[in-house]
Amino acid sequence: MEHTFLADYGISLMVFLPLVGAALMMLISGKNEEIHKQIALGTTVLTGLVGGWLVTDFYRLGSEHWGELRYGVDKSWIDIVNARYTVAVDGISIPLIALTLLVVPLVIVYSWNHIPNPGNAKAFLMLILVLHTGMLGSFVAQDLVLFFVFFEVVLLPMYFMIGVWGGEQRLYAAIKFFLFTLFGSALMLVSFLALYWATGGTTFNMVELAALVQSSDIKIGTQVLIFGGMFMGFGIKVPMFPFHTWLPDAHTQAPTQGSVILAAVLLKLGTYGFIRIAIQILPEAAIKWAPWIGLLAVIGIIYGALGCLAQTDMKRLIAFSSVAHMGYVMLGIATMTDFGLNAAIFGMVAHGLITGMLFFVAGSIKERYHTLEIKRLGGLLISAPRMGWILGFCVMASLGLPGLAGFWGEFPAILAAYQPQEGISESLFRVYMVVAAIGTVLAAGYLLWLLQRTAFGNPSEEFEDDPAITDVVFTEWVAWIPLLALIVLFGFVPGLMFDLTDGPVTALANALAAAGK
Amino acid sequence: MNLLLAAEAAVQAPAIFDYVWLIPAIMATSFVLILFFSKRLNINPHFIGVPAIGSAFLLALVIAFSWVGYNGDVSEAGGVTGSCSGRDLQVIEGGHEAEAEADAGHGEEADAEAAAEHGGEADAEATGEHGGGHERFSPCPVVNDVTWFQNGGPVQDGGSDINIGTLVDGQAAMLLVVVTLISGLVHVYSTDYVAGDRRYTHYFAFLSFFTASMLFMVLSSSTVQLLVGWELVGVSSFVLIGHWWEEKDNSDAAMKAFLTNRVGDIGLLIGLIILYFAAGKTFDIVAINEAAVSGMISKNTLLAAGLFLMTAVMSKSGQFVLHTWLPDAMAGPTPVSALIHAATMVVAGVYLIGRLYPVFYVGFGMDGGALNVMAFIGAITCVGAGALAFVQDDIKKVLAYSTVSQLGYMVLALGVGAYTAGMFHLFTHAIFKACLFLGAGSVSHACHHSFDMKKDMGGLRKFMPKTFWTFVIASGALAGIPPLAGFWSKDEILVGAGAFPGTGGNGTYWMPFIFGMIAAGMTAGYMTRVIWLTFFGEYRGHEHPHESGPRITTPLIILAVGAVFAGFLNVPKGLPILGDLFGESFVSWVEPASISSFPSIKHGNPSLWLAMLATSIGLFSGFVVWTYYNKLYAKDPLATEVTGGLRDKSSLARAGHTLLVEKYYLDHLYTDIIAGGVKGPVAKAAYWFNQNILDGIINSIGNGTTSLGRFVYKYIDQGTIDGAVNASGAGAAGSGDILRKVQSGQIRQYATLMFAAAALLAAVFIIAV
Repeated sequence: MEHTFLADYGISLMVFLPLVGAALMMLISGKNEEIHKQIALGTTVLTGLVGGWLVTDFYRLGSEHWGELRYGVDKSWIDIVNARYTVAVDGISIPLIALTLLVVPLVIVYSWNHIPNPGNAKAFLMLILVLHTGMLGSFVAQDLVLFFVFFEVVLLPMYFMIGVWGGEQRLYAAIKFFLFTLFGSALMLVSFLALYWATGGTTFNMVELAALVQSSDIKIGTQVLIFGGMFMGFGIKVPMFPFHTWLPDAHTQAPTQGSVILAAVLLKLGTYGFIRIAIQILPEAAIKWAPWIGLLAVIGIIYGALGCLAQTDMKRLIAFSSVAHMGYVMLGIATMTDFGLNAAIFGMVAHGLITGMLFFVAGSIKERYHTLEIKRLGGLLISAPRMGWILGFCVMASLGLPGLAGFWGEFPAILAAYQPQEGISESLFRVYMVVAAIGTVLAAGYLLWLLQRTAFGNPSEEFEDDPAITDVVFTEWVAWIPLLALIVLFGFVPGLMFDLTDGPVTALANALAAAGK
Repeated sequence: MNLLLAAEAAVQAPAIFDYVWLIPAIMATSFVLILFFSKRLNINPHFIGVPAIGSAFLLALVIAFSWVGYNGDVSEAGGVTGSCSGRDLQVIEGGHEAEAEADAGHGEEADAEAAAEHGGEADAEATGEHGGGHERFSPCPVVNDVTWFQNGGPVQDGGSDINIGTLVDGQAAMLLVVVTLISGLVHVYSTDYVAGDRRYTHYFAFLSFFTASMLFMVLSSSTVQLLVGWELVGVSSFVLIGHWWEEKDNSDAAMKAFLTNRVGDIGLLIGLIILYFAAGKTFDIVAINEAAVSGMISKNTLLAAGLFLMTAVMSKSGQFVLHTWLPDAMAGPTPVSALIHAATMVVAGVYLIGRLYPVFYVGFGMDGGALNVMAFIGAITCVGAGALAFVQDDIKKVLAYSTVSQLGYMVLALGVGAYTAGMFHLFTHAIFKACLFLGAGSVSHACHHSFDMKKDMGGLRKFMPKTFWTFVIASGALAGIPPLAGFWSKDEILVGAGAFPGTGGNGTYWMPFIFGMIAAGMTAGYMTRVIWLTFFGEYRGHEHPHESGPRITTPLIILAVGAVFAGFLNVPKGLPILGDLFGESFVSWVEPASISSFPSIKHGNPSLWLAMLATSIGLFSGFVVWTYYNKLYAKDPLATEVTGGLRDKSSLARAGHTLLVEKYYLDHLYTDIIAGGVKGPVAKAAYWFNQNILDGIINSIGNGTTSLGRFVYKYIDQGTIDGAVNASGAGAAGSGDILRKVQSGQIRQYATLMFAAAALLAAVFIIAV
């Protein structure tokens, strides 16, 4: 292993820089908000630079190395349980890390003049920085205990963000979010511990555990149970039907920044966990679970869409659409094939960009109209034409229009369902395929209906001459343009991401194929 | 093992085909320039759009002529032998010879792969069969593509490349010319017609966007690329139908168009997926076609794929029963209707059939002559929509239903195996239907933007002679009056159905033939009605009608000239006067012969009697309608309907009329019952379930736990957890203050329960392990 600064310290520096920033902010009085905004932005930009260095360096390794874990650091940590500080990245984690590195600074830029009530920029931004560390840490951890810690670190800042800076029912939503996730986490922890003991109690390292499970003779029943625990933990985070009910409340009540981070990155912790941990370590159990994952995924697709059609609140509608979209990601995972898993990772990033954007727009509309009740809106294209156009663009992206990023998460997932991995019922998944394809019609239905009712037509009398309704402002442009550009870029050059994930995913799919035989 | 030799051509494809991607690229650039810079730099958008489409048109002509030349050269050289599919095509281009040899010499894996890719022996046989007994030889489609992304590892390790690129063959070259020609004329026309519009810039931007996506789709070398283009034209259609989105009717129409097409797209997605796996994990169009011809894909699989793809054709090309969006789409500006909803986008479905013709031809067993789904749907559509055209008062709606009917004709033609007839009708129809739509626009321009023939038109021939004459010529072409364009293409379709004595062809398709004849009569009838109501009788409006300006009339004249002469491109050989001039040119340019990726199709023999019969039916039907209105005029110069006619006397006639006026009640079914049902009761029920059942469970668990926790807290566990929670609360001091006071109790109890449960379950696991 070559020793360069990047290889030895790159990942750790990237992960903990935001914490350093947060610590610095803690020392400074909260009165001067500008300083805090500058520190927060500076920290995330610096983190982005370090991370960007890492990502570009990784990219330059060439496709034959994208399947390997790189820049690994392995230090002793909690010896008594054999938990180690093990971090590394590969082609599966790089896209998600890049997404996180991009979204968080944009959220802070957006916060420049959008600090939600009751104010207190210092605390608000500090929470975002802590979140940043937690999210990045989850994507680089190669040790289950370390992963669990980072996974939980994410929980509290988001809880406070919703509970303090949220809407009218913020307390209910915050508690619900917290308890649901905690419930899943508990089961996940149980699974981790069970896995640890079942493999002889020697390591929490993911790669080693996968090898140990292969070589030891753990009963398949036990494996399925362990997978079940992880399923609960990750499935709630995704969220999968029927564990999704925390999501609409959390999204609706969370401040814009919270919604964006939640949609763009937090949900992906669940799907990432499925791929990185559950499937990688327990491929045989994954094959057994696949029909059930697929079932819940397609139920989620249809159910989420129907939920959207019933909404009267724009933000709640977008939240429900996440249930449907993450259904496609989970369907891709459930096929356990190379195309399906590639699609799933693509879908995660695409959903992050697109739904993140939609929440940004919803937040900006709320700020101008002081309501998100769909029937009171309308005529956005007249009141704020550019914002209306951006909304239209995002709606098109969200309904999976080919040529934009969302398509590459959806279509290959549907395709993969035609021929799932060996050992998984083909006829069952063909039914799923048809259901998922029908979901694309419903998605177009609720999204275009939303667009029609908010953007088309003439503004209602109530808002006709409202001076508060302005078009897109500078900070919004800065925060949005990168996302919009990436949605187009990934739509037309899908290879940018597919080629990156294909190496590790193919290796994983081969392991699954072996397990399915 | 039989490694199929790659297609070898004595003639090199012209280098110009490598640059065909420039055509869509020019239009895409035009879109970006107009959208982002036109206003900023204060440039009139049509100064960007018109030159762009002009150069695209010239390039398209160059491509078309190059294709014709290349086609002739290859034919003279005796055609190509071997496989046309993508990978082998590259071999003749010289890059991959070594690789092919390596494949041949390599171990079993490579052999098996190659055999799977090309269909092995079966393919060789099929190709051999093509070789003999044909006088005509075509080149393989010329494909230039690059890897879009890879899946499942590099190709040499068993993965697959998903490619993007261009495919030039006769069909693509023909569409290139049609799209750029009509789009160019519409651009010019729009500079007058749409002048002063509230969103002029946006309008031109999306004309460019549409043209770019349509050309992108036409040139697709892979099915997934085709899907991308397919949806992008759908979006431009959505945007342009809803161009005046202030009125809810327009945005409703736009949504209806998009959603109906999405329904069809389910079929497209699934059909393409089936073909992807069946052809050995490839999206390559040539490879898929070759696999279908060679017998590598079973007939049942092709049938299934074909049926799914048909739903996509039904929605995009307005076939019954998914046609209902197309008449509503007339809410968009008229030039858009001409370009998108008559000449180009709506033929995408027909184009798709042609692009994957072997899949349909083999899957539906068209050589057998038994009635198949495609021919049936086409037949139903051409009559069903023709009938609806009689009861429309809106001139654009008549033309819209006429478009549906003519699209039915094309699908019918392709369904009976008359590939060239279908493509030729696509070609001529694009010209004369665009002329009719633009003519209708010119009329409405004169009549204060009304399209109501009964209220606001009549007698206009005196006021606008150019519009009148071009409209009449185009109507004649549509009605199939010899020697106008539509006559030749329609005649070929009727010949292709093979039912008329002596025509032969792929089989005897009685039902499509009879329906085709009926529709021929209907077409002449409703077009006579339109002409009479619009241009004859007395003027019934309250404006001062006037002829439109030159930027409107010039495109009309160009198209009318086309409507006269376009048909000559494919006249039968040996006609009087014409002799062999142009004889069957179109078929030799467009229909591939003797190549591995296209089935060998039998052609029917033209019949003078059939041509005369069809023409007389049309003339008679036109005569009847003409007499009807003339009598009406004699009674009352302003009347447009008979009072006390058949409808008042017979309840059956009344019921029939109502059925037509209500458009067979399909809209009620879709909008009120299906869409309304899903949006209303179904969605509400699902949400009720979410709020009351799922959340109800969660909330009661929460409340139950709180009570339990209160119990535990009070009697058992006050000390330890308390400390921990207080610590976390302190960490959030200040901001979390209120929160902690109100809610930390609940969290505490919940956490207690969670960890208790975790410990318990962990114990279970330990025992299980």
